[in-house]
Amino acid sequence: MSKTIVLGEEEVVIIGFWTSPYAMRVQIALEEKGVPYQYVEEENLFHNKSPLLLQMNPVHKKVPVLIHNGNPVCESLIILQYLDDVWNQKYTLFSHDSYERAKARFWVNFFDNKIADCGRRMWASKGQDQEAAKEEFIESLKLLEGELGESPYFGGEKFGVLDVALIPFSCRFYTYEMFCKFKIEKECPKLMEWVKRCNHRESVSKILPDPYKIYSFVLHFKKMLGID
Amino acid sequence: MNEVILLDFWASMFGMRVRIALAEKGIKYEYKEEDLRNKSPLLLQMNPIHKKIPVLIHNGKPISESLIIVQYVDEVWNEKAPLLPSDPYQRAQARFWADFIDKKVYDAAGKVWTAKGEEKEAAKKEFIDILKLLETELGDKPYFGGDSFGFLDIALVGFYPWFYALETFGNFSVEAECPKLIEWAKSCKEKESVSKSLADEKKLYEFAAEKRKTMGIE
Repeated sequence: MSKTIVLGEEEVVIIGFWTSPYAMRVQIALEEKGVPYQYVEEENLFHNKSPLLLQMNPVHKKVPVLIHNGNPVCESLIILQYLDDVWNQKYTLFSHDSYERAKARFWVNFFDNKIADCGRRMWASKGQDQEAAKEEFIESLKLLEGELGESPYFGGEKFGVLDVALIPFSCRFYTYEMFCKFKIEKECPKLMEWVKRCNHRESVSKILPDPYKIYSFVLHFKKMLGID
Repeated sequence: MNEVILLDFWASMFGMRVRIALAEKGIKYEYKEEDLRNKSPLLLQMNPIHKKIPVLIHNGKPISESLIIVQYVDEVWNEKAPLLPSDPYQRAQARFWADFIDKKVYDAAGKVWTAKGEEKEAAKKEFIDILKLLETELGDKPYFGGDSFGFLDIALVGFYPWFYALETFGNFSVEAECPKLIEWAKSCKEKESVSKSLADEKKLYEFAAEKRKTMGIE
């Protein structure tokens, strides 16, 4: 089923999938910046990618894709940087300080690489591999907690790029906890405080899906993949 | 005060990126060669999470990950030789392809010189396909950045001196498959910042050959 995108009315379109934390990053950023946009759900992401997605992201064929005046930008962190470059009058995601920017980029990379590795293993693996994945995940959350320190946000006083990048994963916490039998609050209480603080923000509470729905989805996804 | 130290390893294509960026900007710095089998306390202190090079230390503060370092250098020393384009969309494209290089080229190259038998043919094909995609992105431009040498050129050119080793182990020619890419690489090498930053391809070959022996690959 093809979707007609009317680009005259909305100059910003984002192609996403409702469970994708990477798509949530972009949506939260657009909300924070007050940029009007059209969201397009890539309904058949796993079985039958749309012509629009394949045309806009031929290299990786993944979501999210930002389409601005018909031109695609891919990869969530690159999209966030693009949003800051273009819409920078009201609110910027990145710090003005170059060192802080470099640190934020470092931590987003660090987390993205970690979660790509241990995220799936926590819900798809069993036994020792699952246990190891859980331990690595907790260790990385603790490192992030250290980076947060006593500040309200990773961006210091302001909700910044690292906050935007990480908060979408909080809706997967329930899933990880259910599969691996642990409580993130117990391991990283300060991080959970930060999660609650972020959820008070309109952009976050509007965009993040219900964690129970995510868990349901993962159970269904596992069945679909034939993993028990 | 502007104290700049680079922790690096001579053969690293990622380290080469930083050397080139610093040279483009005319930044004076202290180069410290790391023995990767015996990492220095300084490296472990400055990059405790990954313990990898390159690490740039600017006035005592560490920055890790080569593309992050290059962007940092571009932002801080912004009076000359801009590396990223000024147009936001062009910047996003440059970052996209640099990210693509990081995700694809290193692993594909690694497979070429460690794979055996049938796997080797598949590895070579994958590597060449990736280079061809980059060659298409280059098009008819003198540099990936257009008329001027920039961020994306820096992201890729560190792999060029490694081609000789890969071609020898894999028994193929990058130039035969991607002539425009080699043309681009050679014109990059005419820049002093590049020629003095790239490792020697024969030395890289010897280094890789030694490594293959210890890994038991023939």
